[in-house]
Amino acid sequence: MARFLIKRLGQAVLVILAVGLLSFLMVRTVGDPVQSMVREDATVAERAALRARLGLDDPVPIQFAKYLGRAMQGDFGISYRNQRPVAEMIVERLPATLELVLVATVLALAIGIPLGVITAIRPRGPLANGVQAVSLVGVSTPTFVTGILLILLFAVTLRWLPSFGRGETVELGWWSTGFLTLSGWRALLLPSLTLALFQMTLIMRLVRAEMIEILQSDYIRFARARGLPQHDIHYRLALKNALMPVLTITGMQIGGLIAFAIVTETVFQWPGMGLLFIQAVQFADVPVMAAYLMFVGLVFVALNALVDVTYAVVDPRLRTGGAA
Amino acid sequence: MSAVLSAPPRVGALFLASPKAMISSAVALILILSALCAPWIAPHDPFALGSFSLMDSELPPVWSEGGDPRFLLGTDTQGRDVLSAILYGMRVSLLVGFAAVAISAAVGTLFGLVAGFRGGWLDAVLMRLADVILSFPTILIALLVSGIARGLLPDTRQEDYAVLVLILAIAINEWTQYARTVRGQTLVEASLDYVKAARLSGLGDGRILARHILPNVLSPVIVIATINLALAVLAEATLSFLGVGMPATQPSLGTLIRIGNENLFSGVWWVVVFPALTLVLLVLSVNLFGDWLRDALNPRSE
Amino acid sequence: MTRTRLALTSAALALAAGAASAETLRWANAGDVLTLDPYAHTESFTSSFLHHIYEPLVRRDAELKFEPALATAWEVVEPTRVRFTLREGVVFHDGSAFNADDVVASIARLIHPDARARGNLSSVSGAEKVSDTVVDLVLKAPDPLLLNKLSGVFIMDAEWLAANGATQPGNTTTGVVTYASDHANGTGPFKLESRQPDALTVLVANQAWWDAPAGNITRIAFTPIGSDATRVSALLSGEVDVITPAPLQDAQRLEAADGVTPLQNPSLRTIMLGMPHTDTLNADPDADANPVQDVRVREALWRAIDMDAIKTKIMRGNARIAGSIIAPQIAGYEAGTDVKPAYDPDAAQALLEEAGFGDGFTMGLDCPNDRYINDEEICLAIAGMWTRIGVAVDLTTQTKGNHFPKVDRGETDAYMIGWATLPAMDGFSPLNALLATRSDDWGGNNPNGYSNPRMDELAVAASMEVDETKRIAMIREAMAIAREEIAYIPLHQQPLSWAVRDGVQVIQFPDNYFRAWHYTVNGS
Repeated sequence: MARFLIKRLGQAVLVILAVGLLSFLMVRTVGDPVQSMVREDATVAERAALRARLGLDDPVPIQFAKYLGRAMQGDFGISYRNQRPVAEMIVERLPATLELVLVATVLALAIGIPLGVITAIRPRGPLANGVQAVSLVGVSTPTFVTGILLILLFAVTLRWLPSFGRGETVELGWWSTGFLTLSGWRALLLPSLTLALFQMTLIMRLVRAEMIEILQSDYIRFARARGLPQHDIHYRLALKNALMPVLTITGMQIGGLIAFAIVTETVFQWPGMGLLFIQAVQFADVPVMAAYLMFVGLVFVALNALVDVTYAVVDPRLRTGGAA
Repeated sequence: MSAVLSAPPRVGALFLASPKAMISSAVALILILSALCAPWIAPHDPFALGSFSLMDSELPPVWSEGGDPRFLLGTDTQGRDVLSAILYGMRVSLLVGFAAVAISAAVGTLFGLVAGFRGGWLDAVLMRLADVILSFPTILIALLVSGIARGLLPDTRQEDYAVLVLILAIAINEWTQYARTVRGQTLVEASLDYVKAARLSGLGDGRILARHILPNVLSPVIVIATINLALAVLAEATLSFLGVGMPATQPSLGTLIRIGNENLFSGVWWVVVFPALTLVLLVLSVNLFGDWLRDALNPRSE
Repeated sequence: MTRTRLALTSAALALAAGAASAETLRWANAGDVLTLDPYAHTESFTSSFLHHIYEPLVRRDAELKFEPALATAWEVVEPTRVRFTLREGVVFHDGSAFNADDVVASIARLIHPDARARGNLSSVSGAEKVSDTVVDLVLKAPDPLLLNKLSGVFIMDAEWLAANGATQPGNTTTGVVTYASDHANGTGPFKLESRQPDALTVLVANQAWWDAPAGNITRIAFTPIGSDATRVSALLSGEVDVITPAPLQDAQRLEAADGVTPLQNPSLRTIMLGMPHTDTLNADPDADANPVQDVRVREALWRAIDMDAIKTKIMRGNARIAGSIIAPQIAGYEAGTDVKPAYDPDAAQALLEEAGFGDGFTMGLDCPNDRYINDEEICLAIAGMWTRIGVAVDLTTQTKGNHFPKVDRGETDAYMIGWATLPAMDGFSPLNALLATRSDDWGGNNPNGYSNPRMDELAVAASMEVDETKRIAMIREAMAIAREEIAYIPLHQQPLSWAVRDGVQVIQFPDNYFRAWHYTVNGS
């Protein structure tokens, strides 16, 4: 197990480096920051001077080397847009995004798994068909439309929930949380539901597909023949085995959710990293974009490694053959 | 799709026995055919800039007060016929969706099989590559691909490469899902006795993969593919929302919904409702058909 | 985490309190304030916001005329030396007194090579203290627009800057991060209470302000909401009192809704199409000539645009159709050159025929899709109108981050650009940036080769002419030439479009500045 971990860690470092290089190359293609940094009627000379000062005239490999060197020391530079240290800005936005993603993941699992089980046990029943149809309509609507519709219903028409922001937050050291106040929870509901919707359907369908398959397998038939209670067959044997791919997907999707939160945060003015990132794209704020990508990459690699390890624990068959 | 063609004849019988399969495939087929035939059946050409007039803008559907018989489902803010825009838009969406799914499913399944079966460094490289790709939001990959496309094809028109950019961006992002799932499934299958026996008996890796493992990993691939066709169409819409999708001159269904979404409060409901309904209907029928297909293809069902 | 601190952010509490106290103005804008450091940005919205906290030496009154602010009087002692008498009895928000040292330190900080906004005061070489209440500004050359520029130069506190190590402006490249980016200490009508970027910034009335506010606002809770639909929803649901901007297409719905009112007024920003004056078109590089170099072709393109349709259908009646590239409020405007040729596609076709392009030609049209009001829709409509007179249009609409750099590199043919002449509000701004031939110091936004020697003479002369009558005559001549040669095709002045909750009185200044000390709120 120790060798497996060390190996996995080494690979993770390589991935981070590759993400760094790619994100750097990527942000170079996004746009020209100078245009948004100067006055409307700036002269050609003023622009050229700024471009030179930003080091945008250096060859790309040199820019990357400089960037990497500073990033190693935890210095992600200073935002072009509002001239604050990028690391500080990311840390400031981190709690908002992570709390949103956490609640969305819990929602997706808590609703997705039971629905998946129900639709698997009676795959042709009216309930299963109904749930599936509703969920399909749900995922067939783009997130930005779902978000606006939820706002229209719950904020404008019913006035039950706020349409934007995080509500009251409480500072726990550097972490600002919305979990400790009523208005924080109220503000969380619509964005996390919007964000969870897609993953919820994915989980439901996966659980359903896996369960149906497992319920038809020989050892379940054997268990039935032995007269084990239905409940035990469904939940102890079938569900337990169906959970492995669900775990994989959920783990993988957390990184995806952080990235996907870009849209949700834009619609709900949720002051997280996604909102920061999309503003950086619009402004061609290179340091912020690069740092965001490095960070998402880091979270992703960590989650993946974690999933791999859990995989090995949940399914002992993989420990010997597949762990490499 | 080759799985369908080579499937045992019982699939045909099952198909005829399932109203769900017949209805959903009929709806999907009608939608796909009408999209393919858009140039011949659409009353107007929404991509021809000179063919519509601002003076016709925001006319309601023909059955509402003020409707115009020329425009069955009304017109959008530019005076474009909504029905024609939907038919043409569906072409673009389906092209993006099918191409992205085909590429990502093929590449992802192949990589997943190889990684899971061979293991070792190849597995590590492929899976870490997947990590790198998954670390980037689709929008960023779209920006990168479009940046590179602009660099490589500086003189081409935006419309010409927008479709390509979208297909690649979505496919590059999504092959990883197939790869990881197929790999996991392959690991399980490869550890089973019958595969070990086949290996010992000297059967080539390619044959083992194709004969024994591929059929058994296909079920999750189809689940993901059907969801991903919808996802690809939605991803295209989302990219448009974030400013990197199809241009307004060649709107896809997603672009139409995005533009319509801006008019959500203004009472011009037909601009957003009809494209959205079409999208939902398309995705729903494809998904239902995919569900049925999965059950029918599953060697362990019955 | 041993030292757990439980502290409700009072600002968030105030916002969440639902029904706001009578004098709180809850304001949602499309974008956040970029920084609190007035010298570290060049964005007019951020200037507008910071004007609540900081003040200039001279400011614009309700009619946008100059009036004394921190300076009470000024005189030109020499052509390159202007003497300012400072207001006495003014204190900063932290209680320290305002005097000449503050002006000297502020000017030095602004013209520092690292200051992002240094271009805003490029004609000044420094400030010299004469006495505690008198300061001289030393100029590199006579500058007729000095007051215009100073109205956007906010004065900071020398002692506060020094005490917090913020004497040097923040800078991305040198790695200097300044305390002033997220703290503020001005003399203005409001004090900064708290700030959470992208979430909430709270200002409270400055009871010690030297001037009396015209309105009754005692507290501003400012939230950026980027999504148009969410911003409108927040107003409809009663979570905010005023939104800037409100999408034009939602005006009808806002009008119909209970308790809210949409507000529209013309702004200074003229939307226009830049023309390709280069030898070849980017869309057709192999062609022998560029048809658009012929003024008849440019007139044909203009005549082919049905501005009335664009105004009624796309702008919902809320735009002022333009014939000049500057708005009526701008110094140098003349009604005689603000003349649009009538919409006439047949005449346009005849003009193309006459110029030898009766068979049409291919050209590009580039537009942003997130910068000006309904920019993409306007360009789609124009592309259709041009297609109908036989010009094949290669239309590209993209985000502003890609659009403007492409324009700047000269890779476009026709392109959309808006010009508001802010902060100077003077016709010299487009003369300098849009009309003068491009060189290191002139024509910064004239990438497509428009060049006229007389225009260049006028630009240089007007930049130094201190006799206002002569200077205005020069700008008028330049605008007349621009109109005659159709250097640009002006489209319209886009509207300011806001919406308020009933009981909130605001003034929409044409420069799109929010000046909350003029606004009032009645309890709802």
